[in-house]
Amino acid sequence: MSSLALILPLLIPLATAGVGILAWRSRRLQRAIGLIGSVVLVIASVWLFVLVREEGIQSLQIANWQAPFGITLVGDLLSVALVLATAVMGVCVIVYSFGSVDRARESFFYYPLMHVLLMGINGAFLTGDLFNLYVWFEVMLISSFVLLALGGERAQLEGALKYVTLNLASSVIFLTGIGVVYGVAGTLNFADLALKLSAFEEQGIVTTLSMILFITFGVKAAIFPLFFWLPASYHTPPAAVSAIFAGMLTKVGVYALIRVFTLIFNQDISYTHTLILVVAGFTMVTGVLGAAAQHEFRRILSFHIISQIGYMIMGLGLMVSGNPAAVRLAIAGAFFYIIHNIVAKSNLFLISGVANKLRGSYELSRLGGLYASNPALSLLFLISAFALAGVPPLSGFFGKLMLVRAGLEAEAYVIVAVALGVGLLTLFSMTKIWAEAFWKPAPDESDDESAGESPGKAAVRQPGMALMMAPIIFLAVLAVALGVFFEPVYNFSIDMADQILDPRAYIEAVLPPEYIEQVRGGVK
Amino acid sequence: MNSIILQTATRYLLPLLLLFSLFLLWRGHNEPGGGFVGGLVAASAIALQAIAFGPARARQAVRIDLRALIAIGLITALVSGIPALMRGDSYMQAYWMDLGHESIGYIKVGTPLIFDIGVYLTVIGVALLMIITVAEE
Amino acid sequence: MEVLLAIVIGILFACGLYMMMRRSIVKLVIGLALLGHAANLVIFVAGGLRRGAPPLVPTGADAPPELVADPLPQALVLTAIVISFGVVAFTLVLVKRTWQAVGNDDIDLMRATDT
Repeated sequence: MSSLALILPLLIPLATAGVGILAWRSRRLQRAIGLIGSVVLVIASVWLFVLVREEGIQSLQIANWQAPFGITLVGDLLSVALVLATAVMGVCVIVYSFGSVDRARESFFYYPLMHVLLMGINGAFLTGDLFNLYVWFEVMLISSFVLLALGGERAQLEGALKYVTLNLASSVIFLTGIGVVYGVAGTLNFADLALKLSAFEEQGIVTTLSMILFITFGVKAAIFPLFFWLPASYHTPPAAVSAIFAGMLTKVGVYALIRVFTLIFNQDISYTHTLILVVAGFTMVTGVLGAAAQHEFRRILSFHIISQIGYMIMGLGLMVSGNPAAVRLAIAGAFFYIIHNIVAKSNLFLISGVANKLRGSYELSRLGGLYASNPALSLLFLISAFALAGVPPLSGFFGKLMLVRAGLEAEAYVIVAVALGVGLLTLFSMTKIWAEAFWKPAPDESDDESAGESPGKAAVRQPGMALMMAPIIFLAVLAVALGVFFEPVYNFSIDMADQILDPRAYIEAVLPPEYIEQVRGGVK
Repeated sequence: MNSIILQTATRYLLPLLLLFSLFLLWRGHNEPGGGFVGGLVAASAIALQAIAFGPARARQAVRIDLRALIAIGLITALVSGIPALMRGDSYMQAYWMDLGHESIGYIKVGTPLIFDIGVYLTVIGVALLMIITVAEE
Repeated sequence: MEVLLAIVIGILFACGLYMMMRRSIVKLVIGLALLGHAANLVIFVAGGLRRGAPPLVPTGADAPPELVADPLPQALVLTAIVISFGVVAFTLVLVKRTWQAVGNDDIDLMRATDT
């Protein structure tokens, strides 16, 4: 049954998108199809998750062309957990869209595009070779281009142009890298590459290849100094689109980095992973300092995405220590941090959308008084913001704790200091949003009594508001639950790290045993 | 554009090009050709119609809404993998069967052909949607 | 042949990057397209150039009769071309819309999203 379980997370969104396009005449039908598709996707992802959890790594050779020659899908704990997270985020964002996305966008295939985006993300998580990773990246990018530009406001188009240009440039680098990898190794299958490159004689070339891919995935993951497209574009589309972008797209880049730098490029760790660690530190610092200079709700959050990416990359970079316990904890911490960040960051973007709906602006100077008019929303914001900053007992605290512990055990004190300092600055930024948007009195209350209050009150009664609040509440509860029920998640993360750090299981799950024998024998 | 030469030529070329696109689609599995190339040829035939008679005529010539064409194509391509799933094989595994009779010979028909038809329809839809949308502005 | 193609690739990269550095968004798209072609050629060359027969196995045999060309880089390039075809088409529409919204094709004027 593994063949069905692995293909469903790709087929369901594709089928949903196809049927959704056919139903373009009816807005209600489109919504229904979008919702049903995403719920079915969650069910399929749970099934895949349970299957992989119980029976180990699953692989599927499409059309039965054997690896390393065919197209391979692989589900290990890391990828299926992320597929599950994608599916859950998909439902949240689609429900949220019901209440927030305007009619023009909905009739311009908003929901089908969203499902194509989900398919691209899932494909990138599940694929087992480098070229298909490129293809899924492009599927993801094309749908995100359209979602970003849909609506056609000036800021959106300018943001989209920057996003498109930088991402296409990174795709070109990726493609060049693929060409060179194929020229060097004669294969693009992850497992086969892991097998062949580790025995490759000229390790200098392998390190060069790893750097080409590092740059490519670095652009996608928005690491220092390749992140400029992110704060230029993420604050322009509707909040629902921002939320799924913020939650998932950069994480795909991080996933690719983790996959490639644990499975394939683990020969010259002292060089490559030290570089990753240094970049992680700079990413954290520049992101959080950039956020401190901003005064727009979503721009602050956009810069925080960058600084949070730094934490995830830090977990990967800590592999340099060579201390097995520390490395295990670091990878587990990076994984936990990804999951936590998907939940908390997306939720903050969703909340910013509600604030915008209530007050008609994302500018902090024009927001205000939300605590007085919407205490419940303020509480939800506080939960997510504190989770992001790492206040116990919320999810971010444990993510940071794992990474800091790993850093201490690895004796990488500088990066630990940076991580802790950036945590404080994150709290500072979140307090800034809190003080400006929620706590301070509404700005135009003094000169116009009614303007500050009545739109807010009117908006609360809007029918769409319940649909927007439901996913926010769900995600806030999830952020708390990740902290309160930390232990099972921790155990899972450790299992995942063990699996990631032992590539043999991955290789054996993908390639036929005779082939592995042959390659190993041929090398000696 | 209002050129009588182009318009007259298009009337003759359109059926020829469409026929050629089907030929490419059909031979695609074992010889150069296939759904993508066939689709492009078909789309260029209709784009020629758009250049000669204007985009409105081209939309009429397709008859079916282009967006629906894309969706149908995608679903057709997706369905081509289902038989393999039902038999418990790997997704998109190819099955072939011989159609025909001894006296007239056999033709091979299989699931890859269905996939190619899906690609063919999707390519026509996407390419024409782009060309006609830009042409209409 | 490899050397010649390597030079071509270099020229394509140089032209593409040069075009991307220009201030006009139309030239930006041309630059991106050129970069894409360069990357495709890299795959083509890195896969090994060979004057060979098509990689088809004749009926009855279980291996191709002579030295054949490697089909995989060609499949990759074909896929990449198809993708870049779609992306460039989208980017052109985007550029046109941006030009309509901004009223100019000068990238230096597009600062609405910068700080």
